[in-house]
Amino acid sequence: MKLMYFAWLRQKIGCGSEERELPAHVATVEQMLLWLETLGPGYRTALADRKSIRVAVNHEYVGAGYPVKQGDEIALFPPVTGG
Amino acid sequence: MIRVQQEDFDVGAEIARLTAGNRAIGGLALFVGLVRDMADREKIDAMTLEHYPGMTEKKLAEIEAEAQRRWPLEASLIVHRYGRLEPGDNIVLVACASPHRDAAFDACRFLIDWLKTEAPFWKLEETGKGPKWVEARDSDDRAKKRWVAD
Repeated sequence: MKLMYFAWLRQKIGCGSEERELPAHVATVEQMLLWLETLGPGYRTALADRKSIRVAVNHEYVGAGYPVKQGDEIALFPPVTGG
Repeated sequence: MIRVQQEDFDVGAEIARLTAGNRAIGGLALFVGLVRDMADREKIDAMTLEHYPGMTEKKLAEIEAEAQRRWPLEASLIVHRYGRLEPGDNIVLVACASPHRDAAFDACRFLIDWLKTEAPFWKLEETGKGPKWVEARDSDDRAKKRWVAD
């Protein structure tokens, strides 16, 4: 699974993207966020305010209950501010 | 047509290319977003626009297709820049051409409103107090909602 982080999430986590094996017990976006928080203090800080986090799976915005699977490209980022 | 690029764009040249050879076009509306030198009473020296390559192009193409579905457009264009920009620099160009002005105006407004809440771009401002990520505005969400539930 490819994980990508943008803007201040990238800065707090400390990298822009990484490859990880999805643990067997992780089946949804919400479970994935809980698992990521266990990976280190940077992840915990970055993911603390869930209201400020948007999730895209394979380039589509998704909600907390959306299924995730090995092979997905999953991006975490704050609300967008372009234009 | 959509483009995501680091380099500047020439508004006149873009319009000329967009309308070339199409005599059905009776009106063209455009919006150009520029870098301001102030934000929340703080001076901005520059800003860096980050985006999500792949998803950005996909979202912009979807937004443009939705505008084409809603209005009788003869041509449309979104050009969005990324990278480091300074006050006065162009950020984004949205242009819509139609036989009549109402569709051109409405579609142009729709595109910029939707782009602001859907396209994965983030602005990092350089201020006298250091770098600062721009926060999303509720007013942008409200602007988008005007176009929902039509």
